[in-house]
Amino acid sequence: MKRFVGFVRKEFYHIFRDKRSLFILFGMPIAQILLFGFAITNEINNVDIGILDQANDVTSKEIINKISASKHFSIVDIIHQESSIESIFKKGKVKAVLQFENNFGNNLIKEKQANVQVLTDATDPNMASTISNYISSILKKYQQELNKNVSVDYQIVPQSRMVYNAELKSVYMFVPGVMTVILMLVSAMMTSISITREKEQGTMEILLVSPLKPFQVIIGKVFPYIFLSVINAVVIVLLSIFVFHVPVNGSLFLLGIESVLFIITSLALGILISTISATQQTAMMISLMGLMLPTILLSGFIFPISSMPLPLQVISNIIPAKWFIIIVKGIMLKGIGIGFVLKETFILLLMTLVFIGVSVKKYKIRLE
Amino acid sequence: MMKDNNVIQVENLSKLFGDFAAVNQISFQVKAGEIFGFLGANGAGKTTAMKMLIGISSPTSGKATVAGFDVYKETESIKKNIGYMSQKFALYDDLTVKENITFFGGIYGLSKKQIDQKRCELVEELGLQEVTKSLVASLPLGWKQKLAFSVSLLHEPKIVFLDEPTGGVDPITRRQFWEMIYKAAHNGTTIFVTTHYMDEAEYCDRVSIMVNGKIEALDTPKKLKEHYKTDTMNHVFLKLARG
Repeated sequence: MKRFVGFVRKEFYHIFRDKRSLFILFGMPIAQILLFGFAITNEINNVDIGILDQANDVTSKEIINKISASKHFSIVDIIHQESSIESIFKKGKVKAVLQFENNFGNNLIKEKQANVQVLTDATDPNMASTISNYISSILKKYQQELNKNVSVDYQIVPQSRMVYNAELKSVYMFVPGVMTVILMLVSAMMTSISITREKEQGTMEILLVSPLKPFQVIIGKVFPYIFLSVINAVVIVLLSIFVFHVPVNGSLFLLGIESVLFIITSLALGILISTISATQQTAMMISLMGLMLPTILLSGFIFPISSMPLPLQVISNIIPAKWFIIIVKGIMLKGIGIGFVLKETFILLLMTLVFIGVSVKKYKIRLE
Repeated sequence: MMKDNNVIQVENLSKLFGDFAAVNQISFQVKAGEIFGFLGANGAGKTTAMKMLIGISSPTSGKATVAGFDVYKETESIKKNIGYMSQKFALYDDLTVKENITFFGGIYGLSKKQIDQKRCELVEELGLQEVTKSLVASLPLGWKQKLAFSVSLLHEPKIVFLDEPTGGVDPITRRQFWEMIYKAAHNGTTIFVTTHYMDEAEYCDRVSIMVNGKIEALDTPKKLKEHYKTDTMNHVFLKLARG
């Protein structure tokens, strides 16, 4: 026990004396959560749009007022001929142009149909379709107001309600993802680097010749990172609760237990990486390319797994982050209990055992 | 347990990697308090042989005991009784002199009191009083090497294994380093040392020379020179290595 304490103390000296480690450990989590929370967002706010009002009547004016009153859009340009549309798009002044046809109001009353064209800059396809949806919904609302006193014979009115995230805040989606990425980064990359550093310096040999058993060396090396990762998880959850007002509907205790499980899974991966890489550089490359990219791209953090091509969907199953994100979303947003994430928990547990098993085998081979 | 005061006893020890015999049926004994030079060109099998003796690699066949313990079954006991210093510099650069001593003393199970006492002795002996709180990274290479050697002796091992300990060190420091080795041997520690420098081979009580996995010569430097009718160990080595 005393040896263990001495070993862990030494690990903390390494961590606290290396500015790079410190930055990755504590700077990154906070920077990432703030970046994802504030800057990177799927919501649209204050999108610049242009108006080409060829009708210039009461109805079109009313619609324009409604649009400019919405916080989603700001009208920055009123143009007067069709030929100007292209030039303002090219200058990048606007993301969308709303074009009312001649006699818009008259057509609506007499012909019961009037056309308005929504042109969007689809160089950013997601943005374009979101803008188009928002504008359509404003138009629909206006239409419903007009028809209030008129009885229509048959009408289907979809009543959609967004559950678990009624305001469609994207930070709700990012918090579980960022938490996963950070825990993976800190646990897997930092441990693999710290173990390979001992190999590179030649101190690993000294440790193996000492009376310490190999598993004691490994546990001594990963223990500080369990501790630091738990602190990180707590900081992320606190930030998301108090800065972004993401609710934690489920049990904080369960969230804690599951996080520790995922931290251990990542540490096991880190140990595995360190057994196959001889230098810190290799360990870092494998962690970044082999872990970070799949964790960000294939875990369902940013891109929904259900819309991926089948081969990628299959691959996503072997990514621990996928299962942890499901667990975190479930607990934080849906407030579910352990009963609903048993499968995911079991998969993470199994992965951890496999990683540890393979590492132990590799480690022995290397010693021979 | 130890026969005739031999702390290392090796009989027909081999290590195969597939069909390749990195170490091929070597036999030798090292007496307590002896400075035993273990020589050989790169790839001759020195490091593999040494790894078997220090308990981090298992032999394919043959018998060997180190400090009276079997290299197959009692590696844990071997590890407690030996010290080791490798060719790569082996202390932590980002720890201070004091922290390194505390750490290595700790993993060998020394008590705090023992560590404190050893540290004072060691710091005094090496004249490191001014730098105990400096990071090891800031020390000159020669000092680091001497410190690493002293640290490998902290737990008073019966045998200390030195794997090319003086690589890259200037001649004066090398000389001082060998004075430390003599002193340790004088205090009863057995020294098992590999080296590239043939002048260092002259400082050993006995030397063995390994060529292609086998020990081709083993005797005192004086007798080896007589046998090969030359006046330097360098010539002895060249004659053997070239076959």
